Amino acid sequence: MTLPIVQIRNVHKTFHMGSVKVEALRGVSFEISAGEYISIMGPSGCGKSTLLNLLGCLDRPTVGHYLLGGQDVSGMDDDSLSAIRGSRLGFIFQSYNLIQQLTVLENIEIPLYYQDRPEAECRELASKLAARVGLSHRLGHKPFELSGGQQQRVAIARALVNDPLVILADEPTGNLDSASGVEILEIFDELNAQGKTLILVTHDAAVGKRARRTLRLRDGEIEHDVRH
Amino acid sequence: MSVTNRHIHGIRLPGGLSVARLRRAVRLGIRSLWLHRLRSLLTVLGIVFGVCSVISMLAIGEGASYEAQEQIKSLGSQNIILRSVKPPDSEKVSNQGRQSYVLQYGITYADVGRIRATIPGVTVILPARNIRDYVWNITRRVDCEMIGTVPWYPAMRNHRVVSGRFFTQDEMERQASVCVLGAEMVPRLFPIKSPLGRHVRVAGDYYQVIGVMEARGGAGETEGGAEQKDKSAACRMFIPLETVKLRYGEVLMRRRSGSFEAERVQLHELTVKVASLDEVINVAGAIRAVMERNHKNKDYQIDVPLEMLRRAERTKDIFNIVLGSIAAISLLVGGIGIMNIMLASVTERTREIGIRRALGARRRDIVVQFLVETVLLSGIGGIMGVLLGITIPLIVSHVAGMKTIITLWSPLLAFSISALVGVIFGIYPAVRAANMDPVEALRNE
Repeated sequence: MTLPIVQIRNVHKTFHMGSVKVEALRGVSFEISAGEYISIMGPSGCGKSTLLNLLGCLDRPTVGHYLLGGQDVSGMDDDSLSAIRGSRLGFIFQSYNLIQQLTVLENIEIPLYYQDRPEAECRELASKLAARVGLSHRLGHKPFELSGGQQQRVAIARALVNDPLVILADEPTGNLDSASGVEILEIFDELNAQGKTLILVTHDAAVGKRARRTLRLRDGEIEHDVRH
Repeated sequence: MSVTNRHIHGIRLPGGLSVARLRRAVRLGIRSLWLHRLRSLLTVLGIVFGVCSVISMLAIGEGASYEAQEQIKSLGSQNIILRSVKPPDSEKVSNQGRQSYVLQYGITYADVGRIRATIPGVTVILPARNIRDYVWNITRRVDCEMIGTVPWYPAMRNHRVVSGRFFTQDEMERQASVCVLGAEMVPRLFPIKSPLGRHVRVAGDYYQVIGVMEARGGAGETEGGAEQKDKSAACRMFIPLETVKLRYGEVLMRRRSGSFEAERVQLHELTVKVASLDEVINVAGAIRAVMERNHKNKDYQIDVPLEMLRRAERTKDIFNIVLGSIAAISLLVGGIGIMNIMLASVTERTREIGIRRALGARRRDIVVQFLVETVLLSGIGGIMGVLLGITIPLIVSHVAGMKTIITLWSPLLAFSISALVGVIFGIYPAVRAANMDPVEALRNE
């Protein structure tokens, strides 16, 4: 039995919209072990995004604990959370979220940039990862010169560059045509086969099925948690 | 945090910022500004003009006040100059129609005696009588002020003889008919040949030219002096005092526009040299007291170059303060312009901020990124302003012939203030960028 690298313990998240209190998450608990490929699914408004933000250390739970790699991050200050994001997490977004004025190579380097790695090392790592997603011929290009699928591959390379504990993907195929989408999902399969832990948030059942485990949320609670 | 410190390279600056990271931030800032070249240029114009106007105005002001101060210094800062002035109320007396009336006023030989006898610390006293008349060289004529004075005049007034020599004590005692011309007169009386050894005629008397004085800059030698306003008096000729006494006596007749006027003036000008510079103000006070006691109607004027110098310096200080405030305002306006654009830029780049935050940027990394951009903007603006501000005075002095002086501190000060403006006006947009919620920022389209 491998040690769980993500432990969510009775997490609540409440938002205050003016005087209205919205409970986005009400007591969610689960664990993810190293090397798992898990999809989080559910209809809109079920708390998927909130959960993803918490998992991505972009937000803190109102109640409950979140242990990432055995370290409780639920009470950490902003700087420490930034450091955790930069060193232990990889993000893949629906709309790629590449910085338009930077080249492919520079976009891939960003997480390393905030960890003060020497430039030569960054360059080397970034070009290695660009090659891994099949973009070594596009290093000097700007994101707008690439297709959607290529942009998402740049985002994947960026998510991998800091060798994260967990890769978080938010609707990674949402903006892509089906062919490119399949391409991306194949890369995910490959990554998982190499032992990467992947958390995929989606409402596309076809995409969700590729994961080995599905967590279905409804109204801020876990409806079911199945492995397949 | 152990995680952040996993890779430490190079020197760390306060606030957990490494030199390498700062260098990258600067490079990133330059790129981002270069991406919006026109916008950056327009943003920076406020600072450019602010810095440029400060430097050029200071340079022009400094040049002007330097010239004024040089003029005052040429009078000799150890000197006190007394001049005879026609008292204003005596005009009425002479108009009452008493025909034999001779207007008597001014500094007398008795005053010289009194000053010499009662005031200690007075070394040399230089009396002078000024007489206006035409000076002729055959058919050439110059309206001139003849100054009857003593041989030590050049030494005391810092007024050098450029060719020939000044008259001697012996010549004065002999009441010799010799003269020394002011440089201004030479081209008008002797346009071709050297005047030395030749003669000039004043009324019925001939004087041999024995020397030429150096040219005096500007219109006259004193600020606010009575003679200075009379531009035609720029021409001066120096003759021994005793000769003047012999030739003119003490009553001067003048015919002016039909009226007839007689004046009795013993001395027109008296220069007192004080032994030490510290004593000048005190001695001036003592002379004022002596003169006041003996001249009931104000028929004299006392100029103290040192006081004028101090006054000029004070004026310059005030001028600098005024300039400084103008500079401060223009830099403030420039700073507001920069802040405005940076706020717009922060809003425009919300998404980028969200991405960077998600990928590990701390708040202070975002602050540094935006602050570096603002400081670069204002710094580049400052440099452009300095270059322009140095060029403009050069052009002005070349084209308008005005003297300009660029002091070292003015570009330095203007530049550092502009950089400071960048920091001050950059902080708010940068902090606003850093305080964005990363989740919100990422959601921004």
